[in-house]
This record gives sequence, C-alpha cells and structure tokens, in this order.
Amino acid sequence: MTVTRVLVLAVALLAAAAPVHAQISDGVIKLGIMNDQSGTYADISGPGSTVAARLAVEDFGAAKKGMKVEIVVADHQNKPDIGSSIARQWFDAEKVDAIVDVPTSSVALAINQITRDKGKAFLVSGAAASDLTGKACSPNTIHWTYDTWALANGTGSAVVKTGGDTWFFLTADYAFGHALERDTEAVVVKSGGKVVGKVRHPFPTADFSSFLLQAQASKAKIIGLANAGADTINAIKQGADFGIVRGGQQFAGLLVFISDVHALSLERAQGLVLTEAFYWDLNERTRAWSKRFAAQHHGAMPTMVQAGVYSAVLHYLKAVEALKSDDGTKVIAKMKDMPTDDPLFGKGTVRADGRKLHPMYLFEVKKPAESKGAWDYYTVRATIPVEQAFRPLDQSDCPLVKK
Amino acid sequence: MTVFGIPAQALFGQLLIGLINGAFYAMLSLGLSVIFGLLNIINFAHGAQYMMGAFVAYFALQWAGLGYWPSLLIAPVVVGLFGVLLERTMLKRLYHLDHLYGLLLTFGVALVVQGLFRNEFGSSGLPYAAPPQLTGGYNLGFMFLPTYRAWVVVFSLVVCLGTWYVIERTKLGAYLRAATENPTLVQAFGIDVPRMITLTYGFGVALAALAGVLAAPIYQVNPLMGADLIIVVFAVVVIGGLGSIMGSIVTGFGLGVVEGFTKVFYPEASNTVIFVIMALVLLVRPSGLFGRTA
Repeated sequence: MTVTRVLVLAVALLAAAAPVHAQISDGVIKLGIMNDQSGTYADISGPGSTVAARLAVEDFGAAKKGMKVEIVVADHQNKPDIGSSIARQWFDAEKVDAIVDVPTSSVALAINQITRDKGKAFLVSGAAASDLTGKACSPNTIHWTYDTWALANGTGSAVVKTGGDTWFFLTADYAFGHALERDTEAVVVKSGGKVVGKVRHPFPTADFSSFLLQAQASKAKIIGLANAGADTINAIKQGADFGIVRGGQQFAGLLVFISDVHALSLERAQGLVLTEAFYWDLNERTRAWSKRFAAQHHGAMPTMVQAGVYSAVLHYLKAVEALKSDDGTKVIAKMKDMPTDDPLFGKGTVRADGRKLHPMYLFEVKKPAESKGAWDYYTVRATIPVEQAFRPLDQSDCPLVKK
Repeated sequence: MTVFGIPAQALFGQLLIGLINGAFYAMLSLGLSVIFGLLNIINFAHGAQYMMGAFVAYFALQWAGLGYWPSLLIAPVVVGLFGVLLERTMLKRLYHLDHLYGLLLTFGVALVVQGLFRNEFGSSGLPYAAPPQLTGGYNLGFMFLPTYRAWVVVFSLVVCLGTWYVIERTKLGAYLRAATENPTLVQAFGIDVPRMITLTYGFGVALAALAGVLAAPIYQVNPLMGADLIIVVFAVVVIGGLGSIMGSIVTGFGLGVVEGFTKVFYPEASNTVIFVIMALVLLVRPSGLFGRTA
C-alpha cells in the first residue's frame, strides 16, 4: 500500500516538474475576451470586442502560419468578484493564455493582480483607471487604448481653456469614477480652474434628477460627468429636461464613446467635446476596417475600445510568433520591445510601465445639420501628439519604472 | 435657512424629485400588489412587462407614427393582452401549486423577454421624446420643474387612486376580493371566476405597461430598464404589505421621498436605503406596514 502511494506521489511530482521549454502551451493560443455583454457597458465593448478579436486573428493569418488560435468569451457583469472567478477558472482550468478587453476598472484592477500572480498576459482595452500603469502597474499587463489621465488631459484642459473654470463633478461611485475625477480635478486646478463641488452616484444609476439638481445649485459653469456608458447617456438626457444647458451650465463628457452619441442622438449630444483614441472616419484605413467590422456587428461602427482589442490582439499574436512561446510575462516583454503597427492606430510603441502610446484626438460632436449620414458624428478639433497625450513617465508612481 | 447643512430650497427640490420617482414605484407596486393580493401570483415578469410597455410606445411611434397620447392607451392594451395570453396558457396551470412555481415561471419569462429584446436592440437604449404639449417646464424658484415630470406625478396619482377605488369600493372590486377568498363559493353564485382572474392579471400587467410608457421619455427605452427597477419595487411591495392596495401606493410615494433625501445627504447609499428599511420593517412588522396578517 505504502509503496503504491509513494510511486503515485513520485509520478505526480515528476509530471509536475516537467521542464518549461519555449513553446506554445498545449499547441493552442487561447484568448479570453471578458467584458460586459449585456449591461451598462455592453455597447462600448460587449460582443463587438469578440468581432474585433476575430478580425485580428483573421488578418494575422494564423491559419496560414500554422498557429492555432482559440477565442473564448465571458460576461463579467461589471462585478469584480465574478470577473475574478472567471479569470481564475480560465487560467487554472481552461488554459487561457491572455485575457483581453475588460471594461470596468474595478474588475480590471482585480484581474491585473490575478494575471500577475499566474504569470499570464492581460491586454486592457476597455478599462480606464490610470492606476493600471501607475501604482498597480505589472509586467504582465499592457494598458492599450486610453486612460483617465489622457481623458482628463484632453477634455479637461480643452474645456478650461475655453472658459470653463468652475467645475462640479458627477462621479460614478467606483474605481473608474474616482480615478477620472481625481485626474480631471488635477488638470482643472493646474489650468487655473476651481472645483466647487462633487457628488458620487451609485453605479449604475438610472435617475439623475436629484444629482442634477445639486449640480444646478452649485452654479458651476461646467458639470463634469466622471462616468460612462448608460450613466452618461442618462445624465445628459435628463440634464436637458431640467434645463441645465438653458440655465447656462455645460456638460463635459469626460468619457464618451461613439455608441453613446448614437444612443443620445445628435440633437442632444451636439457640441459635446470629448477625447477618444479612434474614430471610424479618420482616414482610408480606419474606414475600410470599420466597414468590415460593421458588417459583422449589425451595422454599428466600432468604438475605440473595440478597435483597441483588434490592435492589441494583432500585436500579441505577432509577439507570440516572434517568441515562439505564449508565456505571459515573456510575451508582454516582447510586445514592449517590438514597435506596433496596425491600420487603426498607425505606428506606436508600448512603454516600460505597460502604457501603449498613440496620438489621442479631441473631437466635437456635430450639429444635426452638419452630419451627412448615420454614424457621421465627429469633427476633429485637435490631434494630441503622443508626447503630450499620456502621463509622462517621470510623473508615474509605477514601481517597474527605474527612476 | 439650512437643514443639516443643505439649504431648505434645495431640499424642496429633492422632495419633488422623490415624489416623481415615488410615482413610478407606486404604479409598479400597485400592479404587483393587485396581482399578488388578488391572485396569489408573484409576478416576477412585472419589470419585463414595464419594459415592453415602453417598447410598444417606441414601436408605435416608429412604425405607425402614433405619438405619446395614443400610446398611453395602446401599450397597456397590447401588453395586457400578452399578459392574458401568458396567464391562459401557462400561469393557470400553477394555481394549485406552491407560490414558488408561479415565481419561477414569471422569472423565466422575464429573463427570456429581456434577453430577446437585448439581443435585438442592444443595451444603450433608444431615444423617445416627450410629447410637445409636455415639454418645457416651470421655474419654481427653488428648482426648474420639467412639465413632463409634474404630469407623471399627477397622472400616476389619478391612476393609483382610481384603481384603489375600483377594487375597494365598487361591486366589481368586491367580486374580485371575494373570488380570491373563496373561489368555489363565488363560482357557485354564477360568477365566472377564471375569467375574472385572467382579466385581473391582464389589468395588473397593463398597469406595468402604462408605467413603462410614462417612463419612456424620462429614461431611455432600454431592455434593462425593468430589471433594475423590479427589485426595488418588490421591496416596496413587501414594506407596504403584500396584498394591500393602499399600502403599496402610500409606501411607493413615501419611499421615493426617502430615497430622494438619501441622495442629498448620503448619495452613495441611495441604492440600498430601501432594502435597509425593508429589513427593519420585516423585523418589526413581518406582514408589512399596511398588510393584513394572513
């Protein structure tokens, strides 16, 4: 009896101690797309991110190169506990190599930690909190598309420069809202403005009437919406009912996606100034890709999050091909070594703290008369060059960055 | 003059907002109360039916060019018919069983309906404008009150009180209440009890759809609009007392006001304050504030 037990133990130990050699784990590159499939953020990322990922795998030509790529999808319902248990299940039991997308910063921060513990890869497109390349930075995570610092810097300083110097914040009460409020407040104060009040609303909230009343009572010139998705849409829509704009105040949508403008309609959204990393109508290449995307996504144009998923997956696959391994930490390091190039974001780089760099754009929503058709919503107000778009490395509190 | 650091004027504004939210809670909990109180069915599909009412109003505008006022009649009728169909084909088979089966069935129906709509229409919602007669608002000094929201409060009050009157003070209502207490005896008197039950379920569902049409211009017409609201409405019904019509009306408006005040003093808790109250009420008075002990 004891001998058998010892033998079994020995075999088990031997199997567990199998040498780690540079090769694709079980011959399959498995990508996990995790986002909000049906709730507040479903139109920003949702099923569209899966479409984008599949387009990336197709364009990379995985089949021709003899690489097997599998995509699995899960809904984290914007809850960190659900996201965490899916991530653990994926990494431990289903041999997923990289998790992609993950909007909702609280979930992203949780998965950031799990991915680091397990040495896998995490490509964040959806979440915004700049802490992902700040104090929570990790050698296993790349923050791809945008972050709260870039939004604050783009929209915040542009609004203050045009005279909006008193602010009232309407903040979603969770990690993302707090981060966006913090980063924007810093920009406003630095540009010479003042924050006269703030209120934190539960996430998600359907009825903003009470909070809008408080914003009106503050008499701030600008009501900063430190929220996203359905929350932003509801706040702007109800703000129109309560005569916010008529009363002389203006909304600053700190995180607005093209899907939000589509849901609001140009009548309500016109004049909104916003910062994004991508717009389907920027140039020939973005137009061509976006039409392919829309054909598989019931006619809806891609948001910057979905474009970011495409770009991140493409670069990831290139790195895996070059490295001939899908070991998370090594692939992320390789992705930082290789410059990026894709039809959506052009040429770019990934920095040591995990921040992907590309220009950001300041857009203004067109008036209904200026729009020539469906999804023709933005005019480019300014291009924020790469050097100014994201938080400079010397201001970062990321432990990975050697000072 | 300030109350706990908030100027009194701002507080009146919040009180008014609370009443508006309370109007929705009252209308929805009224429908639920009618269905539960008279039919002993826990109608978890109520939120989905509220959402369907808003969508019928949207479709009526898109496909038939029918505006808000006709939709106030069309949506309850259409969704009410759907409710009648649901009752006739599925719910009536469960009456002799435990409450839980009705709950499970209606919960399942809610998930299916919401899933279908979300699949088709996404989750960001569709725009629906208030009718031109109700746009604009009144500057009351302490706040700007949109005309449409004032209309919501007034209309809900009228509908709620009208329903209460019919059920508690008319002969038809008396038959309904009797039929719930003792269906066999009432049937023996020649009253078609199954048909009354079907029509009552349809009426409760129509009330939900009516609330949906009222909500469409305020919130986005959105497949998830019911799911978020239904949990709160259930809490309201439980606090008011399952089966008490006046209880759900009073509690609906009252809790709307309480929630409104919470949003001023401690907004982070505004999502949960109603459940805290529900827990307290259940500890002290398990049958609810106005409920009759069964």
